[in-house]
Amino acid sequence: MKKYNTLFAIPYFIWLVLFVIAPVILIFGYSFLDSQGHFTLANYATYFASGKYLMMTFNSVWYAFLITLVTLIVSYPTAYFLTKLKHRDLWLLLIILPTWINMLLKAYAFIGIFGLHGSINHFLQFFGLAPHQFLFTDVGFMVVAMYIQLPFMIIPIFNGLEELDNSLIRASRDLGANAWQTFTKVIFPLSLEGVKSGVQAVFIPSLSFFMITRLIGGNRVITLGTAIEEHFLVTQNWGMGSTIGVVLIIAMFIVMALTSERKKGGKR
Amino acid sequence: MRRLQALLLGIVAIILLLTGGAWFLNQSDGAKGSKIINMYNWGDYIDPKLITKFEKQTGYKINYETFDSNEAMLTKIKQGGTSYDLAVPSDYMIQKMKKAHLLKPLDQSKLPNLKYISKDFLDQPFDRHNRYSVPYFWGTLGVVYNDKYYQASDVNSWNKLWNPKFKGQIMFVDGAREFMGIGLASLGYSLNSKNDAQLNQAYNKLKSLTFNAKAIVSDEIKMYMENEESKVAVTYSGEASEMLSENSHLHYVVPNGGTNLWFDNIVIPKTSKNTKGAYAFINFMLDPKNAAQNAEYIGYATPNKKALAYLPKSITNDRQFYPSQKQMAQMEVYEDLGQKYIEKYNDLYLELKMYRR
Repeated sequence: MKKYNTLFAIPYFIWLVLFVIAPVILIFGYSFLDSQGHFTLANYATYFASGKYLMMTFNSVWYAFLITLVTLIVSYPTAYFLTKLKHRDLWLLLIILPTWINMLLKAYAFIGIFGLHGSINHFLQFFGLAPHQFLFTDVGFMVVAMYIQLPFMIIPIFNGLEELDNSLIRASRDLGANAWQTFTKVIFPLSLEGVKSGVQAVFIPSLSFFMITRLIGGNRVITLGTAIEEHFLVTQNWGMGSTIGVVLIIAMFIVMALTSERKKGGKR
Repeated sequence: MRRLQALLLGIVAIILLLTGGAWFLNQSDGAKGSKIINMYNWGDYIDPKLITKFEKQTGYKINYETFDSNEAMLTKIKQGGTSYDLAVPSDYMIQKMKKAHLLKPLDQSKLPNLKYISKDFLDQPFDRHNRYSVPYFWGTLGVVYNDKYYQASDVNSWNKLWNPKFKGQIMFVDGAREFMGIGLASLGYSLNSKNDAQLNQAYNKLKSLTFNAKAIVSDEIKMYMENEESKVAVTYSGEASEMLSENSHLHYVVPNGGTNLWFDNIVIPKTSKNTKGAYAFINFMLDPKNAAQNAEYIGYATPNKKALAYLPKSITNDRQFYPSQKQMAQMEVYEDLGQKYIEKYNDLYLELKMYRR
């Protein structure tokens, strides 16, 4: 039996080595090379010495934080509401459905919706509000980013809430807690695991958005993804691009660590 | 231990599989035979009727494949899967391909029709004495505007782009050379400047231009100008000619005070197996009548002096796409700046993109 288990694990290990471990090692290795291929620490020195990259890192984290925060605020009530519905599988499917469509196609759709002659401005005109610029603004970028990330926040929270034992809520009410206390002391702590994985699933990809910053943000919103793309494609300084990549990877580990620290004390 | 063995075995199997696959693809990709010419060009960048005509005249068969960026083309030619006989890279890419030894030197005695190309467009800095390339089309970097909102006198010099009335309205083509170039040209410096003081001066001047930027995008400019989402854009004449044919309110201006002059050129990659056919095709395209027909179809400016005579006056007198001698004299071709300055330009450009409010 044990032999078979090893056999079944082979595809997973191959996957792991080829697409996770090898690329990370390559990125890490490249980050110590200059454009001539000599060993150097200059990339890291440049990164930490220049206000530009630190500012960009701050921008990326700040945007990712805002996106995560707002999607969380929208998603939690939505997920809670969904668990109370009758045909929840159907409703859930409707939320999952947009994730089947390519992100670029969705971004292009928003170009049409947000444009000066797009549907939103048509609607606003109806109320006599002059055409507004939505494309190429922070707000436009945030809205599209949130739209894209929303399902990845709703689903884990929904799963967390659905596993919740209803008798616990009844017990809490029986023992005299009001609705607010029940929520803060019982429901929210128990759904925290879902919230955490939702935050991971949204925050980490949001850090390195770059097609959206270009298509919707019109390169007026600059994140680390833009810099990485530039270094790999234009300046061909793979070392610097990889250095930024390493910083992103470290940032991801920090987020993972922060959002999973209390796991040990939980179930089992 | 056994797990490790299995893992290693799996990796070896994958390597073998991929190598086999690559070999197989290399074998089957691209057409072969002495009568076949593999051409690698930009999408819709030749009059298809000319291909048919060439095939009928000479008996060669053209296998036409397309790319959408110089970098994509470079990668494909480097990797050498298909033995392309002809390719059409832009100026700076020729320098790069030359350095990477991907091009065959041209034997100009086999290209009698090269004499029709205007001297102004030969012997350019990216390929001295045209050892590797023959100019195919040329153009400029300039400003497209919509006459419903602005007129030519609003944008006929780079400095006018700083006018506060353009606040948040101008679209810029996404490129470090282009954006920095606007600053350098407006100050009267060379577009290939390697002078740090000049670059910093341009950088400081461009900071305030970012307030006028609506967006910094690439191919999308075409769409945004055509549907009037945007009123003014800095873009290439080639893109502009396509916009102008879609929306009659659009016009193209080459600002005074110097701008970029770009070339697309025909080259013969090292991988070519049918060099004879490649020469025949280049000669065919250099023939003034064919060049004129192609220029009329594509709408770009032809470097072929004799071909101008076959083009309608309305095209050759169009100062939008065939600027005056005086303007031409101020224009500059981008030179390869070397790694240090490529990075310097891009760093400054990245900071300008981030600069706001």
